[in-house]
Amino acid sequence: MSSWSESTQERATEIIARYPEKRSAVMPLLYLAMAEEGHLTDAGMEEVARWCEITPAQVRAVASFYTMFKRERTGRYLVSCCTSITCMLLGGDEVLHAVEDESGVPHGETDDEGMLSVEHVECIGACGGAPAVQVNYELIEGVSPTQARELVRWLKRARPEVVNSDEMQELFGARRSFDWGISEEHGAIGPYPAFQPLGTVGSEVSE
Amino acid sequence: MTTPLLITRRMTDHPGDSQTIVRYESTGGYAQGKRALGLTRDELVEEIKTSGLLGRGGAAFPAGLKWSFLAPERPAYLVVNADESEPGTFKDRQLLERDPHQIIEGMIITSIANEVHHAFVYIRGEYAKPARRVQTAVDEAYAKGYLGGGIFGSDYDLEVTVHLGGGAYICGEETALINSLEGKRGEPRLKPPYFPAAKGLYMMPTIVNNVETISNLPHILALGGGEYSKVSDSADTGTFMTSLSGHVNRPGNYELAHGITWRELIYEIGGGIPDDKQLKAWIPGGASAPWFIPEKHLDLEISKDATAAAGSMLGSGAVIVMDEDTCMVRAAERLVRFFAHESCGQCTPCREGTTWLEMILRRIEEGQGRAIDLDLLVDVSDGISIGLAWPPKMTTICPLGPSAVSPIMALRDYFRDEVDSHVVNGGCPLKSGGATPQTPRSPGDETASEDGRSSDPASPDPDRMPGESE
Repeated sequence: MSSWSESTQERATEIIARYPEKRSAVMPLLYLAMAEEGHLTDAGMEEVARWCEITPAQVRAVASFYTMFKRERTGRYLVSCCTSITCMLLGGDEVLHAVEDESGVPHGETDDEGMLSVEHVECIGACGGAPAVQVNYELIEGVSPTQARELVRWLKRARPEVVNSDEMQELFGARRSFDWGISEEHGAIGPYPAFQPLGTVGSEVSE
Repeated sequence: MTTPLLITRRMTDHPGDSQTIVRYESTGGYAQGKRALGLTRDELVEEIKTSGLLGRGGAAFPAGLKWSFLAPERPAYLVVNADESEPGTFKDRQLLERDPHQIIEGMIITSIANEVHHAFVYIRGEYAKPARRVQTAVDEAYAKGYLGGGIFGSDYDLEVTVHLGGGAYICGEETALINSLEGKRGEPRLKPPYFPAAKGLYMMPTIVNNVETISNLPHILALGGGEYSKVSDSADTGTFMTSLSGHVNRPGNYELAHGITWRELIYEIGGGIPDDKQLKAWIPGGASAPWFIPEKHLDLEISKDATAAAGSMLGSGAVIVMDEDTCMVRAAERLVRFFAHESCGQCTPCREGTTWLEMILRRIEEGQGRAIDLDLLVDVSDGISIGLAWPPKMTTICPLGPSAVSPIMALRDYFRDEVDSHVVNGGCPLKSGGATPQTPRSPGDETASEDGRSSDPASPDPDRMPGESE
């Protein structure tokens, strides 16, 4: 008996079919498990183990290796500030401090409400538009400390259902690494990447 | 200087919609994928060998040779490495977002040449939008019959699966990537015996190619390998993408012909240093590459051989520029912190060494450094990369650990006085920002406690030496 919703089970079946071996689906299923409960729980990892026909210990070994599988309570909005070399050279540390100060959440932690988590991360591939910030892996480039404060206030006030890179870039970003072209509506609904197999608004539109 | 645009042509001419299949086909797309079906493996391998194409992921290995090494057992697999995570690098992100069909056509050509019927794109987890773009393009190609059963109306089947990573730089290393794709921890495998061309994904022959390498294939077939090899005047053929960032007026990705100099790249293409400041140093090929300084390297040609002769590499194509006000200790600390955070923990020299380098650099930056600290950094580095030679001598399964010593070599060779003045002044003599954030620690990331490696080292203790017990 699966503890997952019917639509999640359908997605899991569909994902596993994309791989020659079931075990290869462990990472996408871990994201599914996060989407189901907001973060990874022991029960979620056990469920993934059943689907992939491996042991819970094997799933835990994978989940603990990668930083994006969050095994503690994580806020609805995960704000990730890049402080790697180029962002550091162009003020990334100051952006992180602005986010921490405005939100009252030190990096590595989540607020009491479960609304906001703050982390600082290594290079997220936005060096041409440094410094960069992601909210639920939706990117904003060319963020100043002032704009970072505005971003935090906006998340707390507007509590958007879907966060979308193009929208946030317009509101809080400046210089981009390159021309992004036409904007898209797709976006993230939780602290995990909005990719097609997950429950994102984007995937509904494109299917 | 005229720059022939190949792989960035479409996104340059059609910035609004270069990612769509309509635009791709109206600009000649998929013609070479169809044509490849009529060519033999030998013809295709020969064309790529003639082109002289070097892998663009960092190791610069000849792409045609890589194909010719593929063991005869089947099924064979193709994995496109889109785990771009080397600090300073963002070229693959642009290729993924802005021209995903070019990548798919490159995959079709590679698959036909190597008799592959299931190919994967492994995209780093933080690249959610690029992954959506690629998945959309894959869906479009399936709908058109360019992927799936009987592609282009032939009897050739090709499945493509887009896979999202989990935030681990090490998965850019091809054997770690294969482990990750098999649903395991992304730890590199020993080579030999686990060369992907022989024992790769599911222990079968596997080709792993970078996004930029794959993107070049439709152009090589369209131009012909011989013509492609003449695009550049340099010994390195074709174009290359460079991600220019840091203290330059015009950062961005540039597709260039090989053979220009660093001076041209930084001052002409990049528009020079903001506020007319002096150039202090730059990193010529991503975080792993030994640094260059203007006094010695500004007029060198940007080519594989010239860069190697000067003791560095073009690596991932990322060029990070630092102006006169940049603290070299702080820059080194930030690079070393990256490697310490991304070490998979298998090999002792890398796991322990990178962590010590990070702690020693931080104490120097924070004013607790000692006179012997630079020698200590060099000594620890020597334990990770014996003799501090370039290319490094390996003490580890993969090159991650030895890459972490590149900034230390720069401090030793070019910036000894600056390190000393940190120690004498009791802190950084240059203006710089606030406190240094410690190694990234994410909410929900319990990695440290479970592997026994510290992802958030305690404040450096100047009285404790590496090797001393706590």
